[in-house]
Amino acid sequence: MSQTKKAPAPKAGQGNKFSNMTDTNLLLFITIVVFFVMYIGAILIQGKGFLKPQTFFNILNGNAALIIVSCGMSIVMITGGIDISVGGVTALVSMCCAVYLDFHNGNIFMSVLIALAIGLAFGVVQGFLVAYLDIQPFIVTLAGMFFARGMTTIVNTDPFNVQNEAFVALKDTRIIIPGLGSVNKLGKYVDAYIEIGVVAALIVVVVLFCMLRWSKLGRGFYAVGGNPQSALMLGINVRRTKFISHVLCGLLAGIGGFVYFMHVGSGSPSHAQGMEMNAIASSIIGGTLLTGGVGNLIGTFFGVLSLNTIQNIVSSAGLNDAWWTGITIAGMLCLFLVVQSVVMARKKLAIKAKS
Amino acid sequence: MTQSKEIKKPSSGLAARIFRQQMFIPLAALFLLALFNFIMDPSFYRISFDYNSVGNPVLSGNIISILDAGSELAILAIGMTLVTAATGGQDISVGAAIAISGSVVLRVLCGTNSRPDTLQAPIFVAILVSCVVAMLFGAFNGMLVAYFRIQPMVATLILFTAGRSIAAWINNNELPIISDPSFGVFGGFIPGIPIPTPIFIAAGCMIVIALVLRFTNLGLYVQSVGINESSSRLNGLNPAFIKFLTFVVLGLCVAVAGLIKVSRFSSINYSVVAKDIEMDAILAVALGGNALSGGKFNMKASIIGAYVIQFLATTLYKFKVQSTALPAYKAVVVILLVVLSAPKVREYLARIGKQIRQKTHVKEAG
Repeated sequence: MSQTKKAPAPKAGQGNKFSNMTDTNLLLFITIVVFFVMYIGAILIQGKGFLKPQTFFNILNGNAALIIVSCGMSIVMITGGIDISVGGVTALVSMCCAVYLDFHNGNIFMSVLIALAIGLAFGVVQGFLVAYLDIQPFIVTLAGMFFARGMTTIVNTDPFNVQNEAFVALKDTRIIIPGLGSVNKLGKYVDAYIEIGVVAALIVVVVLFCMLRWSKLGRGFYAVGGNPQSALMLGINVRRTKFISHVLCGLLAGIGGFVYFMHVGSGSPSHAQGMEMNAIASSIIGGTLLTGGVGNLIGTFFGVLSLNTIQNIVSSAGLNDAWWTGITIAGMLCLFLVVQSVVMARKKLAIKAKS
Repeated sequence: MTQSKEIKKPSSGLAARIFRQQMFIPLAALFLLALFNFIMDPSFYRISFDYNSVGNPVLSGNIISILDAGSELAILAIGMTLVTAATGGQDISVGAAIAISGSVVLRVLCGTNSRPDTLQAPIFVAILVSCVVAMLFGAFNGMLVAYFRIQPMVATLILFTAGRSIAAWINNNELPIISDPSFGVFGGFIPGIPIPTPIFIAAGCMIVIALVLRFTNLGLYVQSVGINESSSRLNGLNPAFIKFLTFVVLGLCVAVAGLIKVSRFSSINYSVVAKDIEMDAILAVALGGNALSGGKFNMKASIIGAYVIQFLATTLYKFKVQSTALPAYKAVVVILLVVLSAPKVREYLARIGKQIRQKTHVKEAG
């Protein structure tokens, strides 16, 4: 008996380190460390390509939309739901904006409004069904995804590039970052640049991070995701919080859709295929738990970057065949999931031992 | 209407009981679709007897094509129902897993050459290998869910992202084509029998699962794990193993569906084969009125749900809806169905019904 009593003691001591850190911080810490290790490893092994700042900025440029969409996804996941319609909404937004700009000679301001309106509409309808009618978020947003994908082809079947001058000018606008340029193969100095979408993405991340950290609503998301019952007892309007999380996610999918549209400059039914899964994967890698209550947008941001860094590593390692990307992403996802599951299980044990 | 309800109270009770039945939703949906087609175009139900290009007798018609094309979905719905009931989550990797198992079948049959003139291995060996591989992938998903306690949707997300890539990798990204007609039997017709083979295969699967549910405790155990995991452990069950088992069963269903899928074309296109079928399979379970959060299930309702989805798709194709636009219509139907079957809405409707009845009672009394 005395032996069995002794056994948990070292565990509890070990657990103190773990339990001093909140769930959110611990998982965030893992993500950021993994990203930096991976990037430094890439620099050491692959060499030159990854040393150029532009490589890093290209990852940002290509994934500004994914960052924005993943933020929305993280918020919904923190609240304990899921939204798999975001990829469809992104495709629908870029198709609608493309059709409006090209066939109806629209202006850019209105097209932004269209993007926001589509995202908001999806968010409101899905949020209402999930929060107030108690239908499972997975089914509702699955239908939302079907609907968005179908509507995209109903709006226009064929992919096409947008020729609208004002839009093309906006699309090609590049914000040059001084001092980080590099010399290309011809010996010419090329400035490092980012696109407008990246600025939008960074603003979204910072604003939402502050909201989640310090606003009443933001803390409400965590409370509802962690335990709806006790959130209700704390006087939080659980239904409204869930509703708002879905509305926010829809709105962010709208914004993300426009940023995506600004990056690709075309409308096509096959745009953003599988984006919802990438967004979920980024959120998970970033330390958001699908059970809700745990997550951090900075982590999501790094999740997107890690996901794409590994893609870059794979393609620059000469494994250019299309299937390697899928397999590596899946492998990484698997790794993170298992790590998460193990870490959380140990933490639970530690807390149990402590009490 | 109100009068008939008033004459006898039991009759209204009966109506309510029918409405509350789980089979009500899929059957009502099937009936509505059938009625709609009958009104729009009675010739929808015509079945004609023909000879195909090889000279086999063949039955053709919309009903036959619904039963034929719905086979894979019905088979998947069986496994998906079990997984949903036991784990309270869904497997979203079945489409990708079909790509893998189909790819394995072709790989075994073709050997190293991607366009062989003769089969390099007996067909049953290929089927056996693909079953084992699909069950292994099912076991992988099951392990993550049951032993690592990852939510099913997230755990299967891994295979969902990697599956089609693995399928391409198995065949070195080549597109093997099998010219031997004997392989086409599983997705086409057995010579001399005018009914498509997939219908027989689906029927066989249904009979097997019916026997399993009838003569083993699988159904009971799955439901008890889904309803309350810890209490079923206290009753001596092993919840983790049962969850694991349901994923392996789903793997077997995937292998059968994959065989039919590749046999239809005697080839495979990794990125397109069985695309979005996972969503349809989950939909079939939901349409069958099964709670997606686990617990009790009704296998018959799920299978009927699968055929309802195929019926809907065939109906829409008949009205010249583009296949890419199909999801939008499907989504509307899904939303209508889930809204109608949501407990909140049902309660509300029931309350309104009660109020109407009470009013008429008051009138009668007055």
